[in-house]
Parts: sequence; C-alpha cells; structure tokens
Amino acid sequence: MSQTVLELKKVLVDFNGFKAINKLYFTVNSNSVHFVIGPNGAGKTTLLDVICGKTKATDGQITLQKQRELTKLREDQIVHQGISRKFQTPSIFQELTVLENLEVAMKQKKNLFSMIKAKWTNEQESRINEMLHLIGLYLAKDQPAGSLAHGQKQWLEIAMVLMQEPDIILLDEPIAGMSKKERNKTGELITKIAKNRAVLIVEHDMDFVKKYADIVSVMHEGQLLFEGTMEQVQSDPKVREVYLGRKVD
Amino acid sequence: MQNTIYQKLLSNKVIFSLIFLILLVAPMLLSDFRLNLLGKFLAFAILAIGLDLLWGGYTGGVLSLGHGIYFGLGAYCMAMYLKLEATGGAIPDFMAWSGMSELPLIWIPFQYPILAILLGVIIPAVVAFFLGYLTFRNRISGVYFTILSQALVIVVVTLFIGSQNLTGGTSGLTNFETLFGFHINASSTQTAFYWITVFILGAVFFFSRMLVKGRFGKVLIGIRDGENRMRFLGYNPSAYKTFIYTLSAAIAGLAGMLFVLQVGIISPTMIGIIPSIEMVLWVALGGGRGTLIGPIIGAVFVNTAKTGFSESYPEYWTYFLGILFVLVVVFLPNGLTGLFEKWNERRKNKNVSNSIRVEKSVS
Repeated sequence: MSQTVLELKKVLVDFNGFKAINKLYFTVNSNSVHFVIGPNGAGKTTLLDVICGKTKATDGQITLQKQRELTKLREDQIVHQGISRKFQTPSIFQELTVLENLEVAMKQKKNLFSMIKAKWTNEQESRINEMLHLIGLYLAKDQPAGSLAHGQKQWLEIAMVLMQEPDIILLDEPIAGMSKKERNKTGELITKIAKNRAVLIVEHDMDFVKKYADIVSVMHEGQLLFEGTMEQVQSDPKVREVYLGRKVD
Repeated sequence: MQNTIYQKLLSNKVIFSLIFLILLVAPMLLSDFRLNLLGKFLAFAILAIGLDLLWGGYTGGVLSLGHGIYFGLGAYCMAMYLKLEATGGAIPDFMAWSGMSELPLIWIPFQYPILAILLGVIIPAVVAFFLGYLTFRNRISGVYFTILSQALVIVVVTLFIGSQNLTGGTSGLTNFETLFGFHINASSTQTAFYWITVFILGAVFFFSRMLVKGRFGKVLIGIRDGENRMRFLGYNPSAYKTFIYTLSAAIAGLAGMLFVLQVGIISPTMIGIIPSIEMVLWVALGGGRGTLIGPIIGAVFVNTAKTGFSESYPEYWTYFLGILFVLVVVFLPNGLTGLFEKWNERRKNKNVSNSIRVEKSVS
C-alpha cells in the first residue's frame, strides 16, 4: 500500500521578497507516479529544488519517512537519505563513457577514502549491466556519453538516478525534446520504476501527464491549488480558471 | 575520433618508456654540471605532476598560482636542516648578525634530519589543507580561488622577507656543506641526488597515476565537468578538492627539498609570484591534460629552453622565451603532448582509411 514518504509543512522559499514557494503543504506517497503541473512561475521547479537541497527553505519543514528533517542537510547528504534528482537539461559527464557514468552514480560509499579504495564487486557489475539493458544502451556502454543522442542522454541520466536506488525520484521535465517514440519509452520506464518507490515529476505535456499519472498536483503562485486524479483536475473550476481555462475553452 | 583519458594514458606508455630510458642513460652522457641542471628540472617536474592533478586533467578549474609557496616551504625546511648541519649546531651567521644568541624555537625541530624531511612535506600539506578546506567548503572556486592563491604568495613572501632573523630575509638560506656527512657539492653526492630525484619522480608519477586510474579518477573528472551534478549524485566535491589540493602541495614540498639539495640555495624570489606562474606554464606547455606525462615534458622542456637561451643569448633570452610561449599557445593549444597526439591520430586515421579502401576493393 502507498504511504506518506515525504511531507512538506509550511515551506517558504523567499527570493528577496519574491515568494517562489509560499507556505506550501505537500505530501508524496510511495508506489505512485506523482505529477506536478502549473503555469510558469508557479514554483514547480523550486519545489524540486527545495526538496533536494539545491535551494534552501527560508522557513518550514521537510520530513522524510515521518522522522528525518531535510532542510538542514547538504545536497549530498540528502542523496544518501534516498532522494535523487534529475535535472531538466541532461547533465551527464560527457567525457566519461556510458558505463563510467553509471559507475560513478551507483549506490556506494561516496566519501573520499572509500572511493580511493573502490573496487568492482560482482553485484555492482551485474546491476550496471542490468541497467544498461533496461535503458537500451548496453552496446554503447564504452562510448563517451557526449556522443549519445539527446533522448539517450536523458535515459542515461534517469539510469544514473536509478543506480542510486532512491526511495524518492525527482524528475524535471524528463521528456522535453524527445520524439514520440522516445516519450512512450520514457513513460513505460517511469511506470516500471514507480513500482517500489515514489516518483515526483514536473511536466508541461498534458497528454503525457494524463497517460501516466496516478496523482496530479496543480501549483499556482507557490501554493497547492488542487490535487487529485487527472480527470478531477481537468473538471475543477479553480484549475480551469488559473490554468487550463484559457486553453480548454 | 574521441579518446577517453584512459586510452590516452595507455598510448602514453611509449612516451613514458622513452623518458625513462633517457633519464637512465643521462648520467653517462652529461657533464656533472648538466646532470645537476637536469636534476633540478626533474625536481620541477615532480611539482608539475601535482599541479596537473589539481588543474590539468582532474578536479579541474582549480588553478593555483601559489604553488611556489608550497615548493618554498619544502625547500626552506630542507635548507634549515642543511644550514644547521653546516654550522655544526651553532646558530647561523645571519641570526648572529641580527643579535640573536640562541636558536629560535621554530628552528629547533630542524636539527633532526628525519623530522626536517617529514616537515618539508607536512607543513605545505597542512597549510594547503586549511586554505583548501576553508575556500572549497565555502564553494569559492574558479578565478576567485586563483586570486586567493596569489594572495597567499604575497603574504608568505612578505613574511619571509620581513623575518630577516628567522629566514635570512631576501638573501635566503645558502652556504650548505654536508648532508649526513657527505659533501653536498661533491660530484658523487650530486649524482646520488640525481638518482634520488629520478626515483621520487617515478614514485610520484606512479602513485598519482594509480590514484586517478580507478573510480576515484572518474569522480575527479566528474567534479571537473559538473561539480554541482556530483553533489546530487551524493558526492561532496569540497572534500575531494581539498584532498587533491593538499596532495599537490605535499608533492610541491617534496620537489622543493630536492631543489635545495641540488641548487644549494633558496630565497624568497625563487618562491614568489613569478616562479609560481612559471610552474603553471610548465603544465600548460607540456599539455596532455590529465596524462601526468605532459607536465614532466613541459617542466623539462621549458627549463631547458630557458637555460639554453640564457646561456647563448644572455641579453635577449627573455624575448626568446616569450616568443616560445606565444608560438606554443598559438600553434599547439594542447601543448607539446598535443603534437604527439595529433600525429598519433593522423596515423590512426590513415589506418582507418586504408582499411576502408581494403573493404571496398573486397566488395
């Protein structure tokens, strides 16, 4: 069953007077594909930023699994708490090979001295091979990541996020710039990975949201406007007014 | 044709064997004077490896224009011991001139050779650790770090010149006689120093290569290409940068000690801003970012050119050196090893086009 894994309470992000996120209450449940939509400037990306530590919350609490407070942790410490983030633009390491990108990303002790001593284990090798097959890049594993096509780079980055075995995955517009075929493949991948974790996705493409969302949150001016299934969202008058209204009518 | 850094390392095996062979036969071919010069250049090459770790290929973006100081700290540690061995335990002449009668506290550890040698590595490392820790933890990087490293040079050099009674001021430390009872200027001692330098160069090279060949090196490349991205993969880049910065400072200290043994003097002008910038030039001119061989070639080449020009054209040599720098920057943006790589690539491409031709003729 799904249960609350992440809870934001009265979170405020204030950029010199501009409240990108304004006393937001927000929960994320496990085993669900959770989309965040909303007009530009609604605070969607900032929501992901504040969860993963890229932006510090001015006020409020972010609690993981009902016990761990995240707002005081460093970015890399938050990662080790089980939260991984994929950014909007593919930010893989161009000069490393596909395999090396995954090697650096995978879950392991990442402090200085364990990294100096790091050696391959059989388990790590088989996990990476499995992942390479999943994203269809096994044959390209020794290519520099910079030589991949745009869609492949996106998958590689999703794979890098998955290699960290997170409980919560944050994706920022994962299908931007992808072809129809690539979108479908990405959607399937997201459904597959959401089986035993929570996936929180910021997305603009409504067809994509409709197809894959378990739950949709609509944000407006730094606050949660509405939350529910896509059908509920589409029929809600408030949402239509601020966001869908102009488009649907 | 895209090569990863590891393939580059592999292709550099040839260069490496060649260098090793040259260093091996050099004592048979060179006069004592030339061998001593080569030994000095090799001490510089050791430092250049450390700089390459920091700036060239790994961690990247961390350009230190202050490694003269770490070199200097190592050199002064060695020199202080040599000075005390020369005076036979009495206080050095320059201290007596400034009216001192007892050995100052900070000189006392340098009566003991092993301690002096250890401190020659530890002191630079500790200074670098603190500077690195404070700057990298506060996410100061790029040009701001570079400026800070320059400021360090000014501070330390001013301090060294100002404390005449402790450091010998502008004239530095010189007039050494013996090391462990061996005459320091004897040709056999100098040849021994040469071999020690070659050995340490090899050791530092292989140690550094081992360090960056594994997963650790890939993490460093990750930090170079996307420091923030690494944070969101669960790494703390400041720790890695501080480590490499500290390591490169320790290597610089080692180089400084070997320098003093072979040159017989250390003074503030040898560790100041100009030498600090020159050190970066060795790495840049050697090229081959991250190969760790490029900087060795660069250090030896630049210093050989410098010596050659200054001997043959005592009046114009600085112009020649300047022209050389301009030429390399304009025509060989990847440095001297870039030349080798270009040639290697052209040869590979030729092979490829040959094989294509063969395939065509078969079909």
